[in-house]
Amino acid sequence: MIHKTRIPAFKIVLWVAALAPAAWLIAGAFLGWLGANPIEKVTHVTGMTTLVSLLVTLSITPLRRLTGWSGAIRLRRPLGLFAFFYAFVHFNIWFVFDQLFNWRLMVEDIIERPFVTVGFTAFLILIPLALTSTKGWMRRLGTRWTKLHRGIYFAATLGVVHFYWLAKAKADVRLPLLLAFCLSLLLAYRVSGWLERRRRMIARPRGSSAG
Amino acid sequence: MIIRSKKSSDIPSSEITPPEVYLERRRFIREAGLGLATLALGSTALSNEVAGQSQEIPARFRTIKSELGEELNSYRDITTYNNFYEFGTDKRDPSRNSGDFEPKPWTVSIEGHVNKPGNYKLDDILAPVTMEDRIYRLRCVEAWSMVIPWYGFPLSALIERVEPTGNAKFVRFETVYRPEQMPAQRTRVVLPWPYVEGLRMDEAMHPLTTLVTGVYGTELPNQNGAPLRLIVPWKYGFKGIKSIVKIEFVERMPTNTWKMANPFEYGFYSNVNPEVSHPRWSQARERRLPSLFKSYETLMFNGYSEEVSHLYTGMDLHRWK
Repeated sequence: MIHKTRIPAFKIVLWVAALAPAAWLIAGAFLGWLGANPIEKVTHVTGMTTLVSLLVTLSITPLRRLTGWSGAIRLRRPLGLFAFFYAFVHFNIWFVFDQLFNWRLMVEDIIERPFVTVGFTAFLILIPLALTSTKGWMRRLGTRWTKLHRGIYFAATLGVVHFYWLAKAKADVRLPLLLAFCLSLLLAYRVSGWLERRRRMIARPRGSSAG
Repeated sequence: MIIRSKKSSDIPSSEITPPEVYLERRRFIREAGLGLATLALGSTALSNEVAGQSQEIPARFRTIKSELGEELNSYRDITTYNNFYEFGTDKRDPSRNSGDFEPKPWTVSIEGHVNKPGNYKLDDILAPVTMEDRIYRLRCVEAWSMVIPWYGFPLSALIERVEPTGNAKFVRFETVYRPEQMPAQRTRVVLPWPYVEGLRMDEAMHPLTTLVTGVYGTELPNQNGAPLRLIVPWKYGFKGIKSIVKIEFVERMPTNTWKMANPFEYGFYSNVNPEVSHPRWSQARERRLPSLFKSYETLMFNGYSEEVSHLYTGMDLHRWK
């Protein structure tokens, strides 16, 4: 007998939603709806999708705690990997079409322009997170895994700064400000949780050691 | 540089071509477009259908090139990839959102230090001037570029006619303010309206500086700045103010909109200069659309050095951005 594993509906929704931007870009490249400057379009869409995926990844933990839906945690790894996938495409499009496969030009750009430095750093941070996203690495690294994967906070922050700086050059910062607002809520959730735990830890140990 | 067309080209082709020839040409254009579409991704050189509207393109553009031998960009690319923030900040917004804009009738107010100020009807401005095709490179500050066959006349012709006085040191231009027809003007979040640009008097009088009323020998579409816009080919594209309603002759250097919005990144002169980077990207190279690669080396003054560099002798162009 063939054993059929049922794929939960929310996973299908996730895959469709996450692949939709890529499908739209590929179809557009063939059918010509990306406009006169397709590279600019691909760069913007992949950059934007990276940031949105990162923010959705960061909202999984609060979602799980607030709703009590434990299945949500299974969305976190694929979401994070999709974020990395779009960042990877974003970086490579820039390296190939803007920097012309030229390492010297690329390094020059990274060193000279904070806008690029910040974006590139965010991408670098995501690489070890993607590589260690498997169950095997989770087990091997133990508590260090949790610490390493806090890198997403920095990657997301740098990514939003990167987007803000680009938008500033075009005088329209509404979208990056919206993302910054969402990110600050997600970070505030972590900070308040951390403060809460610390408060409890300080209040407790003395009493328990008295015996 | 200036490429003068034959006399007959001054008349719109629709007025001189019998319908049979017209339809035959339309077929040619369609086929030419299809052939080239297979060569260039997402671009059809002479294809000219934009949002279902078909625009007849005069035959002379089939072979015409820039003075450096560069191919013209397609009518479609020129009219669907625009920065015209009054209609929205996405490149597709201007062609999508400018349908309600009414470029006729049009009046331009000439003000300031001139002997003949007043409200000039556009037809009246155009009556005495000689229109010509002008093939220029358009280099956007965002590091992409096109080669565009504008249709217009030298700004100097209008300036001479209105007789500026000795106090006129700069020219200040203003775009129309019509929030009911220009949706993005309903908010001031992005840029302060109306859009303002300016030129020094000698820049304004330079023979390359052009007032444009058309592209590809046909009427300028709304998204390209109808009915009257400026083209200063050796400067970044944003100096080419669109839908001009006011030309003022002033003594002090006017503050242009982009300098107002972001004085650290944009200046008054905004000459194309591969050596002066934008804080976010290098200006040494550009993407010559429809190419995908940012591999075209940007030329000093956008390739018009010989004609214009004398305007800036002794000026530190790193300082005067």
